[in-house]
Amino acid sequence: MNTITSLSFTYDGTIDGIFSCVFEAFDKKQFPQQIFKQEVAMLFTQNYHVVTDEQKANRVIAGLKKRISKSALQMLFICWLSEMEGIEMLLFNYICKSFRSPVSIELNFADSDVLELSKIYKKVTREAERMRQFVRFQKTADEFYFAAINPLYNVLPMVADHFEDRFADQQWVIYDIKRNYALYYNLKKTEMIYIDDIKIDFQTGKLHRDVLSEDELYFQVGWRQYLHSISIKERKNLRQQRQFMPKRFWKYLTEKQN
Amino acid sequence: MNAAIFDKLQILAEAAKYDVSCASSGTTRKNTAKTIGSASGWGICHSFTEDGRCVSLLKIMLTNYCKYDCAYCVNRVSNDVPRATFSVSEIVELTIEYYRRNYIEGLFLSSGVVRNADYTMERMIAVAKDLRTIHKYNGYIHLKAIPGASPELMLQAGLYADRLSVNIEIPSEESLKLIAPQKDYQSVLQPMGYIHQRFIESKEEKKKYRYVQPYSPAGQSTQMVIGASPENDRQILHLASFLYQQPSLKRVYYSGYVPVNLSDARLPALTAPPLVRENRLYQADWLMRFYQFNVDEIVNEQYPDLDLELDPKLAYALRHPELFPIDVNTADYEMILRIPGIGVKSAKLIVTSRRYGRLSLEHLKKMGVVTKRAKYFITCHELPILTVNELKPENLRHLFIGNKQGEKGNHSQLQLLFS
Repeated sequence: MNTITSLSFTYDGTIDGIFSCVFEAFDKKQFPQQIFKQEVAMLFTQNYHVVTDEQKANRVIAGLKKRISKSALQMLFICWLSEMEGIEMLLFNYICKSFRSPVSIELNFADSDVLELSKIYKKVTREAERMRQFVRFQKTADEFYFAAINPLYNVLPMVADHFEDRFADQQWVIYDIKRNYALYYNLKKTEMIYIDDIKIDFQTGKLHRDVLSEDELYFQVGWRQYLHSISIKERKNLRQQRQFMPKRFWKYLTEKQN
Repeated sequence: MNAAIFDKLQILAEAAKYDVSCASSGTTRKNTAKTIGSASGWGICHSFTEDGRCVSLLKIMLTNYCKYDCAYCVNRVSNDVPRATFSVSEIVELTIEYYRRNYIEGLFLSSGVVRNADYTMERMIAVAKDLRTIHKYNGYIHLKAIPGASPELMLQAGLYADRLSVNIEIPSEESLKLIAPQKDYQSVLQPMGYIHQRFIESKEEKKKYRYVQPYSPAGQSTQMVIGASPENDRQILHLASFLYQQPSLKRVYYSGYVPVNLSDARLPALTAPPLVRENRLYQADWLMRFYQFNVDEIVNEQYPDLDLELDPKLAYALRHPELFPIDVNTADYEMILRIPGIGVKSAKLIVTSRRYGRLSLEHLKKMGVVTKRAKYFITCHELPILTVNELKPENLRHLFIGNKQGEKGNHSQLQLLFS
């Protein structure tokens, strides 16, 4: 009796791994029903491990460039940053459909995969926008600007350019609390760094008072008071405030602390 | 750092809060020289106050001393409020420091009129000039132009600022004379005209020369106070529509009158600011700017005021049932925009997706098109459902007004305002 019910691929958890899966699938004419990261082992499925191969991945990307627009390709990379469960299969299906379709599928929102990915894309880009909005730097005594934030998706790479362009003459660090890495701009370029023992309050993302620059707290208090003063009491609308500024960010926001 | 600066900040923020504009959109400026700041097209809201408004710019006044006595204004000379004045360097420092912490997109500087218009304007320009030339700051600057300032100063202001604004405040000249006897329309329209002319000229020059210093690249905006004077919506929207004919005018803001000066008999005794009316005016404004509506289609002699219970597009649709139902699979983009509940994004989605196949109501729902209102005004690839013509407009009206959920949906339009 054959207990094998479906075919699944495993890969190493990189986006090149996904592209390699596509290559292998077309090469072997075997299309998986599921794609998992390496560690997951499933019963009752036939498992095939795809070894990530940069050259194969690049060939898939090159093929995609002929079939979908630059912005659609970028969308795939951005959706990848969502780290959502099942994102592998969505990307895989989208790419396969692109290769099979004579015209680009990117605007066909009646297709469930296209629609689903466009929704994820929207979510991820919105989260990236929230980084641009809600990152709050604290100035340290040695002239660093430090911020800690906890984004839903892995969006810091998407906003590095923005912060690099905007704060080109100051050294800054944006630390992702959940993923435990940081973007560090050293006045020349932005790097991804891992900080071993970071001395912050993980509840608020605040640095210890000792390392702050002398007048940092003045500016923080001033900002808090400013936001209080600028609000028109007769028009109070807390629901709208929460809608635009989700509560999950409040603990990291200077104006909402204390 | 002098701690007293923060006391002033509070007083002068309090004084500036009734100016609703906070947009930082309209200019894109890359930071080329590795200094501080950039401006990014759409503008970013960095925080939201308890009244739900976007905080994008550090909105403050240079001073809240003012020689005028306008009845609607909290800073009028006859009011007993705490007064303060910033020095130029104090504002510059606050702006730079807050900017570096990613609290703000830039500065929105306004001022009470002290001594005379030129003196006040000069000091405001000094702030912008310091930021741009000494600190090499590339962030956003919005300056309020002081009515009556000389053309030389208006010219300078536009070279440093991204956007200039002159507030009309009161939507008709008769009311203005009553409420603010020291002001007249001429003093407002003249600087607006000047800004417009320079804006157009600098656009023209840009076509001829490789480098032209742009003049107020994000154009200008203005504000009208709603509910402090007896004008109806038709007058207000006609004025707005007239102003929008100038391409430099990017936004008209409508500010529901908050009764700040209770004792003044020239002003109506309101218990609360007319927020619903303000919302409807913004919705109508959006229809003019993004939905290709003509002002007469929204308000006219027969309907001089907007329906407070229905959004203006729905009200329009109910007045014109003969235009519906619209077939989403064949109708022009302009007509799809007229379907109640369908916004610009949804309309564009529909137009691109229908190239791949006929759309059904199910497709629309999946795409995220809000069909609660739209379903009575469209036909798609399936058996027709009851539309506005079968159900009759007056019945639909009751259906929508009785439906509190529908009201909730309308909030989404209000939210667009300050983004």
